[in-house]
Amino acid sequence: MNKAEKAEREILAIDGMSKGDSAVHRMSPLSKLLLTIVYIVITVSFNKYDITGIFIMILFPVVGYVASGVPVSTAFWKLRIVLPLVCAVGIINPFLDREILFYLGNIGVSGGVVSFITLLMKGVFSLLASFLLVSTTPVEEICRALRQVHFPKILTSLFLLTFRYVHVLLEEVSIMTDAYHLRSPGQKGIHISAWGSFLGQLILRSSDRAGQLYDSMLLRGFQGEFYYAKGRKSAAYSWPVAIICIALAVTFRFLNIAAIFGGVII
Amino acid sequence: MIRFENVSYTYPGADEVLHDISFSIERGEKVGLIGANGAGKTTILKAALGLIQTTGTITVGGLPMSRENLSEIRKKLGYVLQNSDNQMFMPTVIEDMIFGSVNYGMSRDDAEKKADEVLKDLNIEYLKKRQNHRMSGGEKRLAAIATVLTMEPEALLMDEPSSALDPKNRRNLINLLKRLWDKSRITYVITTHDLDLVLDTCERVIILNNGRIAADGPAEVILRDQALLEANDLELPFCFAGR
Repeated sequence: MNKAEKAEREILAIDGMSKGDSAVHRMSPLSKLLLTIVYIVITVSFNKYDITGIFIMILFPVVGYVASGVPVSTAFWKLRIVLPLVCAVGIINPFLDREILFYLGNIGVSGGVVSFITLLMKGVFSLLASFLLVSTTPVEEICRALRQVHFPKILTSLFLLTFRYVHVLLEEVSIMTDAYHLRSPGQKGIHISAWGSFLGQLILRSSDRAGQLYDSMLLRGFQGEFYYAKGRKSAAYSWPVAIICIALAVTFRFLNIAAIFGGVII
Repeated sequence: MIRFENVSYTYPGADEVLHDISFSIERGEKVGLIGANGAGKTTILKAALGLIQTTGTITVGGLPMSRENLSEIRKKLGYVLQNSDNQMFMPTVIEDMIFGSVNYGMSRDDAEKKADEVLKDLNIEYLKKRQNHRMSGGEKRLAAIATVLTMEPEALLMDEPSSALDPKNRRNLINLLKRLWDKSRITYVITTHDLDLVLDTCERVIILNNGRIAADGPAEVILRDQALLEANDLELPFCFAGR
């Protein structure tokens, strides 16, 4: 199995996960979508030095992953390519902002280190929340939820087609890579001299296939709406749970619970 | 059911693919559209479905081809693509089957009931919850036909339905087409190079050559005419060639 095929199987595995049955899976897609959006907005809105404030936000992904049965290790594995980018975003902060904010024993902790860790937590928590959404909600239901909040039809269609196009692209990469290696024994990867034609062919072939898939959707009445996605009945607790979670997140944003508890204990 | 009058089409930046084509297919007819590679067979199907804009007049089920009628026309015609992988885009067979019906206003429950009926008719109930990428070529082809039949089309357009099928699955396909026609007298149009399939399943044959109609008549007559077939870069069906 080549790398493209492995990547395709990983995406299919996420698709499969989203069809599971757990308390989180049974929540209405719209409530999960709104909760995820609000959670991410609140998480990224924390002050860059508010490391104790943001730490409490880990509660939501933790509870979500436990309730959904989606292993956190799987989330980290699937996000392994994006996570280093999240780290890279703030990596120069410790060099730019050297003002000491507090001491841990004798070691001074600079503002740069704190803001780097805060940024890292913001990125990781947001990615975990997004992954929880896609691993507990089929992509069509996410698109339908987006349409329910009047997200433009063209963008939801684009989102869905991009998701479908990734499969097509990876399938074509897989076929072409196999064909290439069968006629170039002993070579590792694709030789630089073949990159141009390989990429060109890949784009032509995959866009041709993507076009046919789109035609097939049009011929079966697709006009940008996701009627077929209103699948299973959502659990009655969807909205109460979402509202309570949102209320808690807002509370955590404005009340530094960790500091309050810390103060009480000390 | 389907009427083409003086239809021509040129792909952008290429030569004309269809030249002034005129023919009509009546309700309940079983038509084989044959011709060498590049003769324009698939282009005719795409034109009938409004996937390409041609010159001339195309009418489907009494409706002239226009932007307003496109949705209704596409509901009347079920199109089975040559490559089933390009046709089925949902994760599982059942989700693919209800996609079209629900888009056309059927409730999800009714669509699922209809899908169950079709799966039973085709004897492929076992594929219902199967993931689309975990099927053999023959199963994919049957599932692709099922996705189209769930929408209850008035006519089936099939592009190279027997390509990539082993003899057993090819035989299944022939039996399926015969059963479908016996049951509902559904109109179908098959484009193919498999002339034995045409002989088995169609009563009328249209030969296309370089975007023009070279012959149109009963399958039994046309498919026995070696000179005509050879003049259009085709060969006698195996059963007549005595091979």
